[in-house]
Amino acid sequence: MRVSMTVNGKAVSGEVEPRTLLVEFLRQHLGLTGTHVGCDTSQCGCCVVHVDGASAKACTLLAVQVDGSTVTTIEGLAQGGKLHPLQQAFHEHHGLQCGFCTPGMIMSAADLLQRNPDPTEHEVREWLEGNLCRCTGYHNIVKAILAAAQSMRGMAKAAE
Amino acid sequence: MYAFDYHRPASLAEAAQLLAGNPDAKLLAGGQTYIPTLKQRLAKPAAVIDLGRIAELRGIREEAGGVTIGATTPHAEVANSPIVKRVIPALAALAEGIGDPQVRNRGTIGGSIANNDPAADYPAAVVGLGATVRTSKGRAIAADDFFTGMFETALAPDEIVTAVHFPKPEKAAYAKFPNPASRYAIVGVFVAKTAGGVRVAVTGASPCVFRATALEQALAASWSAAAIDGVTIDPSNLNSDIHAQADYRAHLIKVMAKRAIEAAG
Ligand SMILES: Cc1cc2nc3c(=O)[nH]c(=O)nc-3n(C[C@H](O)[C@H](O)[C@H](O)COP(=O)(O)OP(=O)(O)OC[C@H]3O[C@@H](n4cnc5c(N)ncnc54)[C@H](O)[C@@H]3O)c2cc1C
Ligand code: FES
Ligand code: FES
Repeated sequence: MRVSMTVNGKAVSGEVEPRTLLVEFLRQHLGLTGTHVGCDTSQCGCCVVHVDGASAKACTLLAVQVDGSTVTTIEGLAQGGKLHPLQQAFHEHHGLQCGFCTPGMIMSAADLLQRNPDPTEHEVREWLEGNLCRCTGYHNIVKAILAAAQSMRGMAKAAE
Repeated sequence: MYAFDYHRPASLAEAAQLLAGNPDAKLLAGGQTYIPTLKQRLAKPAAVIDLGRIAELRGIREEAGGVTIGATTPHAEVANSPIVKRVIPALAALAEGIGDPQVRNRGTIGGSIANNDPAADYPAAVVGLGATVRTSKGRAIAADDFFTGMFETALAPDEIVTAVHFPKPEKAAYAKFPNPASRYAIVGVFVAKTAGGVRVAVTGASPCVFRATALEQALAASWSAAAIDGVTIDPSNLNSDIHAQADYRAHLIKVMAKRAIEAAG
């Protein structure tokens, strides 16, 4: 089957089997290997991308289900060669160790901050329910997300 | 995953026709249960019928004082709906407690009740509120008749859930003791004071959601957490697994029921 979608602002299409997962389409057909596969059982959140603006596990979606949709992956967050505030904050606050969970963490956090620009620490921790990290103990991930939220609120204010 | 054909009908009529004409086809809604099942090769459908683009199956509206939720409405939409929050806040709170944000963005109410996982949350609300399940065959199935056993429902193989109608209760709340990894209910209790009397629905504890009639009687006599102190829950039909033994689940039913009654006010 032929699928077409907009990925990171670019129109793409490809020939897939109905059983091809979105994450396989992104990684194998488009070469976008920033979206990781950790568990393949819908639990770890390493594969989180945005589909039509909402975060979703790309290992639990068929490529054919998102035909015609708009998809954003971790590769689409940085704009004009400048890291997204979440990427910058993960860097500054040591929000990663091995980095395997990081793309999913950042895409999940980006969905939180578009819904709730000023989350409490508790709200951040609750939101990360579907993202597992085997390295950091989450502390610096939460710190990075709160810092990014603050800098994004500052940027939004400056733009007013 | 085994290979399958894929259909993406644009209307309910088309979906029903495809399903009726193809006994080896299966429906796909949010895919948060069915795609993992396919990946484990626990299912081998000849075709998958994707309900995701059928506009008439999605959405939330007020009806007869209660709310009607289309089958493919995702959990996150129910959790954030101003209508649901106003009319039946307990239902919005239940939806907010399902799984994680990504599961809530995709998983649907129709998929959840059609699947009837013994540990799923929505069956407790459907039974607890005395909701009605509407289907593609024009049936309106009462909650008490819908859930028939573990992963079993009153749906015919070629029948599609189209919507669920929840009447507005006087008071209601849901409390669950979640599995810390998945958030599925180890025990979840939905209590409601409705026009038809007090209803207490329990999920997670046994092979299928059920009404705790002893708790209902005690609460009908007096709506308070203390009213159920004297009730004993029989553990003999409850589940024992790595998460909890039957006697512990029996204990949790009362603890969750009390929390729910207190939350309902
Ligand atoms: C990590 C994780 C955590 C979860 N945690 C919870 C939790 O805490 N509580 C909870 O309740 N659930 C939980 N779930 C399950 C989730 O809520 C699912 O979304 C839900 O069980 C199924 O809904 P779906 O739309 O994804 O259905 P699908 O997976 O698409 O379908 C499930 C089944 O229902 C059938 N079906 C779907 N729609 C219809 C319809 N309209 N009519 C007839 N049959 C239909 C399908 O054929 C299939 O057999 C979790 C899932 C995951 C992956
Ligand atoms: S790889 Fe998708 S949730 Fe783990
Ligand atoms: S940094 Fe290694 S899994 Fe999170």
